[in-house]
Amino acid sequence: MTFHLAVALKDTGWHPAAPPGDVLEPDFWVSQIQEAERGLATLVTLEDGFARRGLDSVLIALRAGPVTSHVGLVPTVVATHTEPFHVSTQIATLDWVTAGRAGERIKVSADPAEAALFGRRDPSSETREGLFDEAIDHVEVQRRLWDSWEDDAEIRDAATNRFVDRDKLHYIDFVGSHFAVRGPSITPRPPQGQPIVTALAHVDTAYRLAARCADLVFTTPDGVGRDGPTGDAATTLRGVRSAEAEIGRAEPAQVLGDLVVFLDDDATAASTRWTRLDGERTLRSDADVFAGTVDQLATKLEGWAAAGLDGARLRPAVAEHDLPRIARDLAPELARRGLTRTAYEADTLRGLLGLAKPADRYAGVQS
Amino acid sequence: MTQKKQIHLAAHFPGVNNTTVWSDPASGSHIEFESFRHFAQSAERGLFDFLFLAEGLRLREQGGKIYDLDVMGRPDNVSILQAMAAVTSHIGLAGTVNSTFNEPLDVARKLASLDFLSGGRAAWNVVTSWDEFTGENFRRGGYLPKEKRYLRAQEMLDVAKQLWDTDGGEFDIHTDQFDITGRFPVPRSPQGHPVIIQAGDSEEGREFAAASADAIFTRHAEKQAGMEFYADVKGRLAAHGRRHEDLKILPAATFVLGDTEDEAAENARQVQYQQVSPATAIAFAEQVWNRDLSDVDPDGPVPSFDPKTEDDVDSGGHISKGRASVRQYRDPVATAREWRELGEAKGWSLREVVIAKNGRHTFVGTPQRVADTIDDFVQSNASDGFVLVPHITPGGMDPFVDQVVPLLQEKGSFRTSYEGTTLRENLGLAPVRALSQS
Repeated sequence: MTFHLAVALKDTGWHPAAPPGDVLEPDFWVSQIQEAERGLATLVTLEDGFARRGLDSVLIALRAGPVTSHVGLVPTVVATHTEPFHVSTQIATLDWVTAGRAGERIKVSADPAEAALFGRRDPSSETREGLFDEAIDHVEVQRRLWDSWEDDAEIRDAATNRFVDRDKLHYIDFVGSHFAVRGPSITPRPPQGQPIVTALAHVDTAYRLAARCADLVFTTPDGVGRDGPTGDAATTLRGVRSAEAEIGRAEPAQVLGDLVVFLDDDATAASTRWTRLDGERTLRSDADVFAGTVDQLATKLEGWAAAGLDGARLRPAVAEHDLPRIARDLAPELARRGLTRTAYEADTLRGLLGLAKPADRYAGVQS
Repeated sequence: MTQKKQIHLAAHFPGVNNTTVWSDPASGSHIEFESFRHFAQSAERGLFDFLFLAEGLRLREQGGKIYDLDVMGRPDNVSILQAMAAVTSHIGLAGTVNSTFNEPLDVARKLASLDFLSGGRAAWNVVTSWDEFTGENFRRGGYLPKEKRYLRAQEMLDVAKQLWDTDGGEFDIHTDQFDITGRFPVPRSPQGHPVIIQAGDSEEGREFAAASADAIFTRHAEKQAGMEFYADVKGRLAAHGRRHEDLKILPAATFVLGDTEDEAAENARQVQYQQVSPATAIAFAEQVWNRDLSDVDPDGPVPSFDPKTEDDVDSGGHISKGRASVRQYRDPVATAREWRELGEAKGWSLREVVIAKNGRHTFVGTPQRVADTIDDFVQSNASDGFVLVPHITPGGMDPFVDQVVPLLQEKGSFRTSYEGTTLRENLGLAPVRALSQS
């Protein structure tokens, strides 16, 4: 099994004192994503949220799609304030643009400041569990919409003048406690059938969300979650697995560990850099922070692989410094150790993750 | 020597309608990115101001079933426009975004993002939703009464402009429709405001455009009607403190070329018959008659009986769902009579009447004839240019770009290179001033 190297992109880096950059320019994002692709990363994630300064991450991914060729593109979707119909067609469009490299990271927002930007819900009357249930419904609607066109629905049958076979288009008729959606989608089923849904989880509620709706889960080994320390790699993995067992999920999700990284030629230089930046503004992180050499990090990730994690999602502390180190130094070292791939072996994100294209749930169902 | 009035051209990649001839062997995918890349790069090669995509939020239905005769299925428009920004460098990227099933913060942020990530090429065609049918795909359903939808559209646009004007700063906005507060997450984008487009012919639509839009789409591609519309809408600008050149009037039109006039006319006739198959002719008649006409012969006369009004239909509502154009049949009995009289006078079948009544305005002729006509139209102040809609995608714009554009350039009424880097500059619009400065 390939150990997956993923890169999490956030502004100019995950350290709040990372030097500023042109985060409003397409080249800033395209070059970072291309750098991750140079390191044969399985995917890049793009952080987002309505209350944070920055551009829409789904659009950043779309801007990068035509100028990258293999890396999976996983923008963030805030389930709490978006329409599942819109999001499903946006992510399907990303999948069409990239011929099968789209994913999304589903995120729940309980932030009152974010709710005030929309002014249509009262966060004080909502429970965390309720918000996570809503996110689960959001993903369910998206997935049903992706399936609402069978792959061969477009027939172009000149003899009968029919462009589509409407028996291969399906109403999804989703009714949940937060919203109802009729369908079908306006966008034909995307190349992957189902783009890859991911979620970051470091508390039980989030493990349940991940178990219910994610193909890929990011955990924070040796990090700090809302309820305190998250435990080591094996413990976080068990957190995901027990949530899956609780609901009787058959196919387990793949699990990647998150880590903020400072990479330098020697360990002292890395920790000095961290200390110096902390002097400007302190890094507060849910994920563990690594400061050291490529060799040390490779050894740590070998440990994660041995503990059963499917990969690592690295968060460069300073993008302009640490991302090239990940792509140009760490990635070849991981490949040399037989941990990660030596070349892209597939053209789709599903292919890179070793996941088959799922059957359409509605195929053969009479409307 | 004074420069001739310059023609502005836009290219529309059509989504769902019968004018896209999918049965032609030259017709490609309408969903794969390669088609959009081809179309965008062709329009940019032709130095068009922008390309335009309409929006789909629900598949159309007729008689309770999904309408299956036209091209259908399309990408999310703002998303695919953003992807096209990666493979073009000058052409504007215009998309329809509905004001009914979106929130202003999200829309303003998306359009500002499109503007940044395209280097100042974003445009927004502001529309309202017309029915609860579409609302069934959204959280809030068909929650908004009809009379409030224009209000919401106007407020949505006003609020979006206020958000853009915060330059990434604080806002506290309370209107009839919106109670929002916080910090807008995006600084001022390259164009200040994305270019605002409005479509619509009604009194409200004309006023809305005169007050708030940078460009207006119209159906008036006949010269006399165009001149009247042009004079009317341009005449409204001064009352809003705006100049004549602050609003571009762009009718939609299509084109069919030929090496000779006869060949072009024959090509146009063939295209029309491809667009309106016998089944499509029946479907269009059903939209007027508001009842099943599957037993009617499309090659026979227009039905002699009257349409059902909406009140007659047991299930309520109209046989056709999700199709805005049905609204034009406000008096179906009169429309049916008109069709019948046309058929009798010309000796036309139902299908021939549908072709005559539903065709988009088409420039037909040799490239020279089409260039002459377009130039005359613009120089006569019947429009500022056109939104061109080819009947084949993605290659349908290529003949126009290769054959007509050079002739317009020879006349001195069309650019030979882009003047600016932003859409606003290329449309010849004044820079946006922040509200606080105006």
